[in-house]
Amino acid sequence: MRYLPHTDSDRQEMLAKIGVNCVDDLYDNVPAECWPKGLPDLPTTKSELDVERIFVNYAKLNHAANDGPFFLGAGVYYHHIPATVDYIIQRSEFLTSYTPYQPEVSQGTLQYVFEFQSMVAALTGMEIANASMYDGSTSVTEAALMAKRITKREDVKIFGELHPQYRETLETYFSVIGGNIASNDPDESTACVIVQSPDFHGEIHDLTELRKKCDESGALLIVVVAEIVSLGLLPAPEVADIVVGECQSVGIPMMYGGPYAGFFACSKKHVRQMPGRICGETVDVEGRRSFVLTMNTREQHIRREKATSNICTNQGLCALAFTVHLSLLGEEGLKHLAKLNHQKACKLADALATIEGVTIQNKTFFNEFVAELPIESNDLVEKLAANGIIAGYALGGNRLLISATEMTTDSDVESLINAIKVEVK
Amino acid sequence: MQEIEERLLCEISRKGRRAIDLEPIDSNHNRLGVDERQSIGLPELSEPQVLRHFVRLSQQNYSIDANFYPLGSCTMKHNPRQNEKFSRFSGFLNLHPLQPVSTAQGALSLMYELKRWLSELTGLPGVSLNPAAGAHGELAGMMVIHKAHEMRGRQRKVVLVPDSAHGTNPATAAMCGYTIKTIPSTKQGLVDMDLFKASLNDDTAAFMLTNPSTCGIFDPKVKEIADLLHENGAYFYCDGANFNAIAGKIRPADFGVDVMHINLHKTFSTPHGGGGPGSGPIVVTAELDPYLPVPNVVKTGGAYQLVNEDEKSIGRLKSFQGHFGMFTRALSYMLGHGADGIRRASEDAVLSANYIRASLNDLYHEPFPGNCMHECLLNDRHQRDAGITTMDIAKTLIEHGFHPMTVFFPLVVKNAMLIEPTESEPKETLDDFIGAMRQIAEDVKLGDVEKLKKNPISTPRRRVDEVKAVRDLKVTW
Repeated sequence: MRYLPHTDSDRQEMLAKIGVNCVDDLYDNVPAECWPKGLPDLPTTKSELDVERIFVNYAKLNHAANDGPFFLGAGVYYHHIPATVDYIIQRSEFLTSYTPYQPEVSQGTLQYVFEFQSMVAALTGMEIANASMYDGSTSVTEAALMAKRITKREDVKIFGELHPQYRETLETYFSVIGGNIASNDPDESTACVIVQSPDFHGEIHDLTELRKKCDESGALLIVVVAEIVSLGLLPAPEVADIVVGECQSVGIPMMYGGPYAGFFACSKKHVRQMPGRICGETVDVEGRRSFVLTMNTREQHIRREKATSNICTNQGLCALAFTVHLSLLGEEGLKHLAKLNHQKACKLADALATIEGVTIQNKTFFNEFVAELPIESNDLVEKLAANGIIAGYALGGNRLLISATEMTTDSDVESLINAIKVEVK
Repeated sequence: MQEIEERLLCEISRKGRRAIDLEPIDSNHNRLGVDERQSIGLPELSEPQVLRHFVRLSQQNYSIDANFYPLGSCTMKHNPRQNEKFSRFSGFLNLHPLQPVSTAQGALSLMYELKRWLSELTGLPGVSLNPAAGAHGELAGMMVIHKAHEMRGRQRKVVLVPDSAHGTNPATAAMCGYTIKTIPSTKQGLVDMDLFKASLNDDTAAFMLTNPSTCGIFDPKVKEIADLLHENGAYFYCDGANFNAIAGKIRPADFGVDVMHINLHKTFSTPHGGGGPGSGPIVVTAELDPYLPVPNVVKTGGAYQLVNEDEKSIGRLKSFQGHFGMFTRALSYMLGHGADGIRRASEDAVLSANYIRASLNDLYHEPFPGNCMHECLLNDRHQRDAGITTMDIAKTLIEHGFHPMTVFFPLVVKNAMLIEPTESEPKETLDDFIGAMRQIAEDVKLGDVEKLKKNPISTPRRRVDEVKAVRDLKVTW
């Protein structure tokens, strides 16, 4: 077997050194009744070529975004990833290293985590950020739990359209941890107000009014950003107490749902209630700037059942992909990319509005919006998919959630418009 | 490693530099409802600068590709490059999680096949691929147990956890609202059966046990423990962190496990990536299968479907279908190895750990003498009187070219050193490591304490001031 270096004579020498006859002697603690009766119903060793053939076949059965016109977003966006990003994350020293517990030999990881935190803070207008969470949905959940800890209140108010899967995730956690999703306006029992902007339907929310409501009731304001490219064009949500969301749009492929990385930023006074890993700056014994995992007394390996969260690690390599891509984009690149996305979406909206019976529902949007169709959106999505066009996300009824990014070409839009025209006739 | 100091991105930024050329913008619509953002505060660099920055940072890291990484309970095994190549096929990379399932049959059948492998290897029929990491799998598993008690009509209050457990175990049980009762280990590093029996009653929801344990021992009483739990209506949660000792050989179902999470990034070779992403599927008994989180991939007729809603399910634990990019890697590894290869890998991992143990236990104290599983536990008892601790031994190992073992864990042993070589290391590497450890022990005997205390000296950084990091907290530039 190509992954196993021991030869039979190595094994014999090692068994002799240990003083046993065979490897099963090392399993002598296993009770006789616990040994399986037969062999598993699984295949034996395959060559790399044979495994490749199997994977080629799996991949072939999928319709990828680059196989045809593509307009689906709904929390995961099809963006271009520069070649440099994938090269860097495949470096052995990043790909195959462990969590940076030994800072002397992990400065590479620790410094990019520090840079990641710095850029997330800049994007969100917050003072601090952690080293990342699993994804957008769990970052929202952890933010709500943190707000509950800080305010010692139970209710969470969701304003506008939160991504339905983020909401479901929050509901699942609340069902065992405790917590209540309230429908009334914030009052003295409200821990936080959660608002996604742009929200699940693409609408952009004015945060000033919500800030005022939160201040009146003593609730925290949590702003959720599922499409982080939007922060290149929209004002930083700096009035929030906590800003969380999804990093996927910058440097991370769609990959059928993951892995991605969630971001988590807040004001410095709340650092002790923050979940997840945090990297901080310090010096080594020679006085050189160094980075290290810090504020560990919040975490499970020290605090055990009293930890702020059971989370162990961050999403290291995904956070690296995000950091590399954002470094490449830089200040002007991100603004340009965001503007390009918005212009493409505006053109798509205009083109759709030319179809008889189609109206755009949004007052505002960034790169995604809701179109009202004269036919059922679910039927349209299925029919167009059969013709190689991924049209968007069917919201139910006649509403279609549809997005454009820098990947969208004029000819993609033309194909979509023509295909919809055929269906609505 | 060469000594390098790399400046921060913001320190090498200069206004006007670009690293990406984008399509020009030929229109000026604004449907944002607000004015465009003026300033963000991001650095500006060119492409060669970005590349050099991250390549130079990478050179300050240690990695399993380059060196031995004997971290106990972490399973730093070889990460085959075929996994990386296959995962990057466009049919996976550019696949959106909310596409119509008719356009993602390949991905769904891959997930279905991975479920089959995990089920066969553990003997447990219910599988959920959703959890994002080991700790997330623990949460999923404990929520399933929580739900099962609820469905039986009476919630229970207490979860038993041995003192040798990973910190995530009590943290997870506490998240589910359970009170934690810690079960001390015996002098042999095993579950204290008397204390266990005394703690077990009809308020016990579950026992969270790592088997093989974090002391590197397969608990010979594990089946008895499982039977006692089941007689009391409690569940056996097994932390699967140490599955690499038994995968393909012993099935957790056969020693009475009800729920177990599997770290794909440990046993099934998906890369650790400097701290993630991981993937933590759970496997459960038929009784608990209905409560697994959604979504779930099922096969009806010839086609695969995603079940997104299920009345009995605990619900959704994160958005979308789990870390699909880790499923491709894990299945690629499994198919390459085959069931026979996986069994051989477990045996070699156990053999290598015992070889290290047998080669070092004359110089280092072995708190629980006897054969171990895939990791061996030592401590600094023979070195402590000379003023050298586990920390100094760990830092000196770096000077010998090795990453330290896991230190100060498990907590049941003072100043523990937990060494997990995995099956990936050739005997020559094990001999070099043993040589370095023996050299350190000899140096301690010779009284060269001051020199050892200064290690490491030739790394990109020397020992860092962790107290300052907290006191003068600075987490952004």
